[in-house]
Amino acid sequence: MKLLAALSGGVDSAVAAALAVEAGHDVTGVHLALSSAPATLRTGSRGCCSKEDARDASRVADVLGIPFYVWDLAERFRADVVDDFVSEYAAGRTPNPCLRCNERIKFAAVLDRARALGFDAVVTGHHARLAGGELRRSVDLDKDQSYVLAVLRPDQLAGTVLPLGRLTKVQVRAEAAARGLAVADKPDSHDVCFIADGDTAGFLRGRLGSQPGPVVDALTGAVVGGHDGAYGFTIGQRRGLALTVPAPDGRPRYVLSVEPVSRTVTVGPGQALDVQQVRADRPLWLAPSALPLTCEVQLRAHGAVHSCVVHEDGAGWRLELATPARGIAAGQAAVLYQGDRVLASATIS
Amino acid sequence: MAYLDHAASTPMLPEAVATVTAALTAALSSAGNASSLHAGGRQARRIVEESREQLAGALGARPSEIVFTGSGTESDNLAVKGIWWARRAADPRRIRILASAVEHHAVLDAVEWLATHEGATVDWLEVDAHGRLHPGALRQAIERDPSDVALVTVMWANNEVGTVQPIRELADVAHEYDLPLHSDAVQAVGQLPVDVAACGVDALTLTGHKFGGPLGVGALVLGRDVACVPLLHGGGQERDVRSGTLDTPAVAGLAVAASLAVQRQPALHARLSTMRDDLVRRVQLAVPDAVLNGAVGPDGLPGPDRLPGNAHFSFPGCEGDSLLLLLDARGVEVSTGSACSAGVARPSHVLLAMGADENAARSSLRFSLGHSSTTADVDALLDALPAVVERAQRAALPAVRR
Repeated sequence: MKLLAALSGGVDSAVAAALAVEAGHDVTGVHLALSSAPATLRTGSRGCCSKEDARDASRVADVLGIPFYVWDLAERFRADVVDDFVSEYAAGRTPNPCLRCNERIKFAAVLDRARALGFDAVVTGHHARLAGGELRRSVDLDKDQSYVLAVLRPDQLAGTVLPLGRLTKVQVRAEAAARGLAVADKPDSHDVCFIADGDTAGFLRGRLGSQPGPVVDALTGAVVGGHDGAYGFTIGQRRGLALTVPAPDGRPRYVLSVEPVSRTVTVGPGQALDVQQVRADRPLWLAPSALPLTCEVQLRAHGAVHSCVVHEDGAGWRLELATPARGIAAGQAAVLYQGDRVLASATIS
Repeated sequence: MAYLDHAASTPMLPEAVATVTAALTAALSSAGNASSLHAGGRQARRIVEESREQLAGALGARPSEIVFTGSGTESDNLAVKGIWWARRAADPRRIRILASAVEHHAVLDAVEWLATHEGATVDWLEVDAHGRLHPGALRQAIERDPSDVALVTVMWANNEVGTVQPIRELADVAHEYDLPLHSDAVQAVGQLPVDVAACGVDALTLTGHKFGGPLGVGALVLGRDVACVPLLHGGGQERDVRSGTLDTPAVAGLAVAASLAVQRQPALHARLSTMRDDLVRRVQLAVPDAVLNGAVGPDGLPGPDRLPGNAHFSFPGCEGDSLLLLLDARGVEVSTGSACSAGVARPSHVLLAMGADENAARSSLRFSLGHSSTTADVDALLDALPAVVERAQRAALPAVRR
């Protein structure tokens, strides 16, 4: 096949491209420039957008002997991922920007362009297995990324090659070292790639400005503190609440809800975060199944898996969980699994 | 492989390779530093000085006016910053730079740096739709206040669209007001007649690898009476304006290449412009909506004020980097004409200055011919181009579709 390998400059995409080349495919490498003002050098763990990463990616292509280009997707990324991230927080939801990037950039803008240019599919270094249209968890459950790929439509998955699903991260690094790829020891990237210092609340404050409002205790209804912007809070958050009135029972309080219009952040005891029923909208099926359906659900990236029964609820789902889940945030994806196989995804509302 | 990117770098002339090799062999066996006082040093210095004379002879300059540097970029920076600093030191009111809006980044960014860090003021001189700066526009800008101008910098010929500026006339205007004119002639040497004495520029940038010399060596031709503050301090090897041990073999290769390129320039000009006009005609036939940018004559073909090897097109509905990728995959090497350090194609400031919109600026490709070009290169381009343009148009649609 004629494949386009997305090379971030990290070890996973490097090994994925190497495996594709060794499998006999005709591979071309591209690095996606996602920032219009890339930093010169990588800082800390946020590694995907610096010129140093672009150079690392080009060195991978050199070693593999494949053509290499940089595609400027900064404008699309800003509109579809960064602005979406900000407006979701502004609306009181908790977005997952990696998932949005997969859905709108890597497996949409890039895949569309690749196909139009004559490529059959895009190769990425995501940790998940994909065969015969079935998406499964990686054998390395710690690194599994099937959750952030579950939002892809079948036609997007049909244009996707994931060579790493049968390798653990340790094996991936060993494969990189064995091929003389200099990125073998490069630290893993995590956190939100476009927030350079990792300060999400500060980033949002810069974009949304100060929007002071009350922090209300769910049990007493009393105002127990204030804040600069409700967007700085996530369901289940405990730290950084700066409450001025102690809880009647003296126990820690958590963010229970964020209401952007009245700018009200409601706090309460941890057990109030426990839910056994979750609503989700805009379902997308990879393995169409009849409802009600007994399966497992994952409600956030790297989150626990709950047994559940999925019921039809209007255009969406009502999930009845067998065990309570804590701190479920609107905007995150609910991904249904049967064992290690992804069945469907929807957005928690 | 068809190489149509000579404006980026052109292959070394065999004579230059031989000269560099011989000088390198001699230098390595004798370990001569051109600044050393012993026999080995004298030998190296002799090579440098003969090269200086040879280069000066090729350009109508005096040997004392040649300052060897490490690149065209260094020469541009030295001229722009060095002359600006010297002029301001002599008269603190002189802080204004007049520069054409289509300069290469080596000038553009040096000027911007002076504006940001040193308090320079800048007039970016507008060009017409062909990329040409009119002497009247320069005069008008000077007339706003002739007493505050530090220097004028206008490239000889544009690296993207190939437009040749009326340097002689621009120099005349600058000199009426006793203002120094620097010209980045990186693209011009070897393709156009460049005579420093005849054209009257006060400083002129050139670099070896654009006319068959080695990479990593350039020169600034700096008039004897033009004050210039150094960028690099140290041994003062080059007229106290530029320090650093010279790369003797590279300097020798540069001089030999310049001498040959200048000698062969009239024949090369005739051969390349014929080949280039053929290329343009065939592109226009194959892709009727392609737009030829830069100097165009009344017949729709390249005008006389254009580098003989340059053809620059916009392909409506395509993205330049898609075209580049598809041509590269078919063994045809071209350029979008502008690139930033991350390798990202940005809309060209040159095309934007010429009045193109951002889409047209993103849809451009530069084809540039040089001394080793053959009609087979043009044939290979035209064999690939129609299918490539069609595919690139389809690839651009998803971006529009959203």
